[in-house]
Amino acid sequence: MSDILIVDDEQVIIDSIIKISKLDGFTAVGVTNVQDALKRLEAEKFLIIISDIMMPDLDGFAFLQKLEEKRIKIPVIMTTGYSTVENAVQSLYQGAIGFIPKPFTIDEMESLIHRSIKFSQISRLEAFSTNKIIYVPCPAKYLRLGYNSWILADDDGSVLIGLTDYLIKTTENITSIELFHNEEELLQGNVCVKFSTDDGLVHSILSPLSGKIIQRNERLIEDPSLIEKDPYFGGWLYRIIPNEFEYETKHLIPCSSDRN
Amino acid sequence: MKIYRKIGTKLILVIGITTLIILGIYAYLSITYHSDVMLDEVERHALQLSETVKSSTKYGMLLNQRDHINEIIKTIGSDKQIHAIRIYNKTGEIAYSTDNAEVGILVDKSQKSCSVCHNDNVTLEKISVADRKRVFNTNNNTSRVLGIINPIYNEKSCYTSDCHVHSKESKILGVLDVTFYLDEIDNKIVDNEIRGIIFSILSFIGIAFIIGIFVKRYVDKPVAELVKATEEIGQGNLDYKIAEPSKDELGKLAISFNKMTQGIKDVRMQLFQSEKMASLGQLAAGVAHEINNPLTGVLTYSSFLLKRTKDNPEMQEDLNVIVRETLRSREIVKGLLDFARQSTPKKSLISINEIIERAATVVANQLKISGVVLERKFDENLPKLTADANQIQQVFINLFVNGIDASSKKGGKLIVETKLTSLPPKGIVVIKSAMCDKNHSLLDPDFKIEGHPSIKMKIKSGDSSGIIHLDPVYGKQRHSFGLEIDKSKPISLHCPECEISLIDKTGLCPKCGEPLYKINVANAGHLCGCAKFNDDYQKWEHIDLAGPQKFIEIKVSDNGSGISSEHLSKIFEPFFSTKGQKGTGLGLSVIWGIVDNHNGTITVESELDKGTAFTIRLPINS
Repeated sequence: MSDILIVDDEQVIIDSIIKISKLDGFTAVGVTNVQDALKRLEAEKFLIIISDIMMPDLDGFAFLQKLEEKRIKIPVIMTTGYSTVENAVQSLYQGAIGFIPKPFTIDEMESLIHRSIKFSQISRLEAFSTNKIIYVPCPAKYLRLGYNSWILADDDGSVLIGLTDYLIKTTENITSIELFHNEEELLQGNVCVKFSTDDGLVHSILSPLSGKIIQRNERLIEDPSLIEKDPYFGGWLYRIIPNEFEYETKHLIPCSSDRN
Repeated sequence: MKIYRKIGTKLILVIGITTLIILGIYAYLSITYHSDVMLDEVERHALQLSETVKSSTKYGMLLNQRDHINEIIKTIGSDKQIHAIRIYNKTGEIAYSTDNAEVGILVDKSQKSCSVCHNDNVTLEKISVADRKRVFNTNNNTSRVLGIINPIYNEKSCYTSDCHVHSKESKILGVLDVTFYLDEIDNKIVDNEIRGIIFSILSFIGIAFIIGIFVKRYVDKPVAELVKATEEIGQGNLDYKIAEPSKDELGKLAISFNKMTQGIKDVRMQLFQSEKMASLGQLAAGVAHEINNPLTGVLTYSSFLLKRTKDNPEMQEDLNVIVRETLRSREIVKGLLDFARQSTPKKSLISINEIIERAATVVANQLKISGVVLERKFDENLPKLTADANQIQQVFINLFVNGIDASSKKGGKLIVETKLTSLPPKGIVVIKSAMCDKNHSLLDPDFKIEGHPSIKMKIKSGDSSGIIHLDPVYGKQRHSFGLEIDKSKPISLHCPECEISLIDKTGLCPKCGEPLYKINVANAGHLCGCAKFNDDYQKWEHIDLAGPQKFIEIKVSDNGSGISSEHLSKIFEPFFSTKGQKGTGLGLSVIWGIVDNHNGTITVESELDKGTAFTIRLPINS
């Protein structure tokens, strides 16, 4: 039994991820195509899956679809050498827990593995205890990019951006946060915030929307724990003027769909 | 082309032959008429003479003085024009004649001169003047002869005369026959005919000549130009333009032809651009995918070595270099992907002088090798600018490399100058969003004016309608109408998609009182302009209120070889390169794209052997 299943057509990637997993005491096995991965999943249980996108025969997106069809609810981290905004957003839209472009550093991969393992554990808890609220779903009018970040469109055309409680619950206590400055541009699917947690990990979170920052939440710099306390209101990150709202929100998930 | 196949030749032949036929008919009618008139004149003369002979011989007849009568006839008959004078008696015997040999001969009544009266065994007594004449050829003489017969009627004096030759019952006593040579008149008729023919031929030649010149000037030349242009374009030379088209239909054809060529050129350019981008994108994707996997290995394993060798500082230092350089490679590959996708700029507040300095560091080595000096004239008090630092740096690296290439042959010098300028928005600001009241975009990316998508409107005038393209630069008037519009007729403007009127019902042009068109600009109010053709009124209140726009102006000039004016207009086009195999022809088109993405402008001035100067203006509050 292993904790992590790695699906990548390049052996060097499998070897690298196995090495990184070992650092934190996780065990990992690798397969080089989607068919083999599906076979392994029938026979064994894994905590998380790390899958490449561009593979011969079935690609990563097809893999995500197969998992959905088979109702296999294991968190998946998507990774690719062809890291485009579209690939990142599409991955998260199709239910991946995270997206990491190649080449990744040990730290980047480590923090994402940690979050995913945690997510896996929370999901199990949730499955056993139906009446206990483990995390707060985002409010109805919000849209989210996977399980990472949310947006709230304001009447004046500006948009608020923040992090979801799903994400916060998968990390340890936030010790410091690194925000972009006003006037800078955010790009959907690219990193919009980095924060460190007391386990020494640095988490990079992808932006749900592109646009120019007109205001950032200065209170977070002094008190990063505000995100944990009130992720959907007081713990917002930025107010931006979106570049292509209509186009980019097509791959965001309405939070109202989470409430049934 | 063979001469008989030419339009000109055919035209000349058709018109020439028509003229020839008309002139021929006219000449024929005219000559016939003149001949008739002349013949009539001779006839009249002949009749008179005939009467004269009759009356002058009357006395002699009465006295029966044959010698006297002969004398008179001979005398009158000696006239050159007179062929013969004969008097026949009642029996048909020649009683008197200018030719003595004939006297006494009995003439057959079936002869032509007699048959007029002695016909079908009936003898007429009175005949008309027209019937009395006859025209015939003498046997020995080629010239025609006119004969007039004059019957001598019985008179009281005749049968009462002493000689009693004639009885009272006879009605006609004899016939006087005078014949004239017609050679003089025939000569005149021939003369007239020859003159008519010569005139016709000369007219034909003259008309052919005039038509020839006309056709050559107004048909052959423009047609030859068009033929040449089609051949040039057929061979792929899309820069060929028909110069100075005339104002007639062929000129209009030439103008539309030029427009069509321009259209083909634009489409081909876009095709080039998209093909280039597509292949670059595929290449970049392939390269990125292939390189990123091994890079992951390098990065992971070197990081592990770093963790494992914490007690060996020397090794740590080397491994750090590997990690750092791998991370740098990652950025390079990412940059390649971004470039291939022409991604939106990642803007941040930057100092332009700093960026230029960074670009200068990149080309420092190249400057040294080529012996080119880079002179900086920086305005140190420039405000910061919101821009993509990497892209702007790429712009200057590119311009510097071009400058070094152009000026390296002689002690070259590159000058880079930065300053703050403020310019009125008119003629500078590009309209990048234009909508009708129903929010249909009026921008036409398929029809660009100076590289920017134009504003497309449907124009209606009377029964006809068409599409016009407005200059997307505020206040500039390089509109393209593409169709013939009667400028005096009232026109209306509509959205090409939903036909909604673009005319502003609330105001009129303050300059000329004509209606205004109104276009909505997203987040920037609306643009109004005079809908009359020869009025250049345009107003964009939102921009005007913002006052003169502040720009950072950067000028990069070299003292190199310069660019010829024919190349100058094309240097921002993709794949245009003067460096031959050395260049890709992508550099300046990419620069243009980057500057445009930053809402800026780039212009170029150049003089051969003097140098080239690029001026970039980047707006400060974009």
